[in-house]
Amino acid sequence: MDSTTHTFKDNIKVALANETLVHSLETMKTGFRARRAVAVDRLPEFDALCDAGRDLKNHVLENLDFYLETFEAKVLESGGKVHWCRDSEEARKTVLEICRAADAKTVTKGKSMISEEMGLNDYLEENGVTPVETDLGEYIIQLRHEHPSHIIAPAIHVRKFQVAEAFRKAHPQYAADRPLEEPRELLDEARDVLRSSFLGADVGITGANMLIAETGSTVIVTNEGNGDLTQLLPRVHVVLASLEKIVPTLEDASLVLRLLARSATGQEMSSYTTFSNGPRRPGDPDGPEEFHVILLDNGRSNMIGTDFQDMLRCIRCAACMNHCPVYGAIGGHAYGWVYPGPMGAVLTPGLLGLEGAADLPNASSLCGRCEAVCPMRIPLPKMLRHWREKEFERHLTPKGTRWGLGFWSFFARRPGLYRLGTRVVARMLRILGGKQGHLKELGLSNGWTAVRDIPAPEGRTFMDRWASGERP
Amino acid sequence: MATFSADGPRVGFFITCVADLFRPTVGFAAISLLQKAGCRVEVPQTQTCCGQPAYNSGARAMAQAQARHVIETFEGFEYVVAPSGSCMGMVREHYPSLLADDPAFAERAKVLAGKSHEILSFLIDVLDWDDVDARFDGVVTYHDTCSGLRELGIKDQPRRLLAKVKGLELRELAAPEECCGFGGTFCVKYPEISNRMVTDKVTTAQATGATTLLGGDTSCLLNIAGKAKRMELPLKVRHVVEVLAGMADGPALGDGEDGIKR
Amino acid sequence: MTAARDAILGGIRRSLRRGPLSDAEAVAGPRARLDAKAPILVPERAKGSPDVLVDRFLAMAIEAAATVDRIQGMEALPGAIASYLKDRNLSTELVTTTDPEMDGLVGSSLEGGGLLTVKRGLPSPTDTVSVVPALRGVAETGTVMLRSGETQASTLNFLPETHIVVLKTSDIVGGLEEAWAALRAEGPTPRTVNFITGPSRTGDIEQTLQMGAHGPLRLHILLVDETP
Ligand code: SF4
Repeated sequence: MDSTTHTFKDNIKVALANETLVHSLETMKTGFRARRAVAVDRLPEFDALCDAGRDLKNHVLENLDFYLETFEAKVLESGGKVHWCRDSEEARKTVLEICRAADAKTVTKGKSMISEEMGLNDYLEENGVTPVETDLGEYIIQLRHEHPSHIIAPAIHVRKFQVAEAFRKAHPQYAADRPLEEPRELLDEARDVLRSSFLGADVGITGANMLIAETGSTVIVTNEGNGDLTQLLPRVHVVLASLEKIVPTLEDASLVLRLLARSATGQEMSSYTTFSNGPRRPGDPDGPEEFHVILLDNGRSNMIGTDFQDMLRCIRCAACMNHCPVYGAIGGHAYGWVYPGPMGAVLTPGLLGLEGAADLPNASSLCGRCEAVCPMRIPLPKMLRHWREKEFERHLTPKGTRWGLGFWSFFARRPGLYRLGTRVVARMLRILGGKQGHLKELGLSNGWTAVRDIPAPEGRTFMDRWASGERP
Repeated sequence: MATFSADGPRVGFFITCVADLFRPTVGFAAISLLQKAGCRVEVPQTQTCCGQPAYNSGARAMAQAQARHVIETFEGFEYVVAPSGSCMGMVREHYPSLLADDPAFAERAKVLAGKSHEILSFLIDVLDWDDVDARFDGVVTYHDTCSGLRELGIKDQPRRLLAKVKGLELRELAAPEECCGFGGTFCVKYPEISNRMVTDKVTTAQATGATTLLGGDTSCLLNIAGKAKRMELPLKVRHVVEVLAGMADGPALGDGEDGIKR
Repeated sequence: MTAARDAILGGIRRSLRRGPLSDAEAVAGPRARLDAKAPILVPERAKGSPDVLVDRFLAMAIEAAATVDRIQGMEALPGAIASYLKDRNLSTELVTTTDPEMDGLVGSSLEGGGLLTVKRGLPSPTDTVSVVPALRGVAETGTVMLRSGETQASTLNFLPETHIVVLKTSDIVGGLEEAWAALRAEGPTPRTVNFITGPSRTGDIEQTLQMGAHGPLRLHILLVDETP
């Protein structure tokens, strides 16, 4: 997927002006957040489970090569194939080869962020294979030629009248005057249309929430059941997964499952959690005849051993973005690439390079709510700060900011000069504030006064008054 | 409970750069509370800024230099107390890792972190003191500032203290834990996003019916007060210590002499 | 492909600043974890006496929007299915697995003067009701565990609109870990293991919850108390 991360500052203006988006994001705050809070409160062991989840993933990352090799051996044993891919390009080509070998015209797809990362849909289409997204949200945005704006609710930014518009355009087989006002009507129509896609597809492509080394299983977690129809009905099942999705045992997978749905949608368990092991067995009445796992690196192996390793613990639950006030203000598209919100702001510079994504780590008030809700205890603010340090080291930080910080830091270490300076500034602002007690504008501080006034200082500084003997 | 020196703990008071410049009343109110709670308070004259602007902008070396200066200024005290969750979060949660590789300061950073406290947390968690003797006739709401809340666990302390203020009614915000959009340099680098956040904060504060919003960080309060002024709302904004110390009779943040005129 | 494989594994090891794990290192570390298959932290909610777990299963399944009927013995199965379907004005034509324990349904089919029309094996896209025996029920979350195999088509769990799952009360376990232990005891891991918690649903249109997205609109669990 092409990135528009470099135009972040323009993207946010567009987002903030979008009234429909505001409405959707408000619903998100009351919905996802409240449901997660209830689900977490109900499980007294939740905190301990988060600690265990962090420890589990740390252990996995320390032994990642071993577990991947074990996983591969198990998949082979069960009759499947593992395709190791260094980057998106390799992964796209591999998927296309599998589709060509299967003589595929259409492929159905379960929701996969890795597919977005690879830019798979465009590539398949360019090469004569039609991808059909089957997750309702993904289907809606595919019809609208958009990308997901949220990692578990891809169409969260779309209102139902817009869904209806898209359906009327895309489904000429139905009566033009049919009612499409209610979510139920929209869902029924999508279900109907996609049923035939499921039945007609040659290849089914799903993501994976986890890979299990012990058994060679791939795991998908869905609420709709679309992922299961995607992988059961076509002749070929392709799983897209990135390296860090692996966990050692089924017991470890159980731990992750206790954290995932709860953090994501506030459910105890999602409706469907499916473990898949290789192709159909002799005698099995159904299931795919071929089973392929695409194992994508795409820069992740380089993140190990760096300040950003902790990010690889992420289980893509979306709790961080659901609780992020910045995401809550601008939505997902403004971030410009596949992964939005706090996890995206950390991951995107890591996967795309800092140069084109330098705004993302800065566009955070570091309020810390993401870290507080992250079930894998990923220190997101700390990593955002690490990116800022890298920017500063590489002189990507704007000159004005660098100069200002240097200036401030110089005085902060020279108390005498500092006192003198603050005394002058306090007095000046006081005078400018005048009788009203606040300022509408001030030469340098455009970003501040663009949206708010500056409350004027009370008068002399505290240190001044204290030094001259004033006491409470 | 900690044990203190016979004539009360010796506290180094850190006013913080923003309160020093904008809101000296916060300093006098905080010190008055500390003294009522039995502390001997000193204000070291070499103090300046904790280094957060540099730290959060990725200027690690500058932040380290400022951290060393703060350590040198305050390490001689039994406790260090500041009327700010974010500055004390910086000292407690970030100084130790910031200076971990500096042999001369690594240990000193840890020691300072261990004895530095945000004022409300110090009064309640360290001194177990809530003997507030103040009156404030009005309905207030309380904004939990982010660093205090999430780095230092300050949530119940202000409420316990405010419950002692005569005449005061506290009405909670719909989303008290939502960031106000200040975020240091964030608010000037991304004013549009910050604006949405602070507008929400001010709007939900209005919706409680409270006439005053209280909080524990002067910088966040400047942001909120600045927005309320821009929106020409009658909401008053004050640091919580002003109310607790009975020193909330002067103009609120951003108000003129008479406290009413805009 | 091997070039990519080597590059990725090599890259991981470079980042970890070590070579491949030696046998001894593997045995002491990750191999031991694989062999131990140790449960990590099983919540209290997944523990309790059999009666407590059955009650919890019931409560959690209902919370997940499944419906549950408790019946005495497999003999009561055809009648319970028939009345569930009739009560809701649903077709009494159903498709079920070829497991021997489902044989009793056939005896009750309409041709035999019974209550139901029964087909076995694979569902077709037009089938609207399926009946599938579960391997285990998980009390912690009200989840049923179903497996694929020669006798069980997994599409039965997803294509028909009404999904009826038959679960023996004695097969209810506390948490997922016990369900895994039971599965391992049965032999090699099946091609597909489905954990199902309530019917299919989506919140993708304006975050309003709708049941019956692509999978079943209804999940009905028949909890069978076995007669001694
Ligand atoms: S960073 Fe944490 S909260 Fe965010 S998606 Fe990943 S696991 Fe979930």
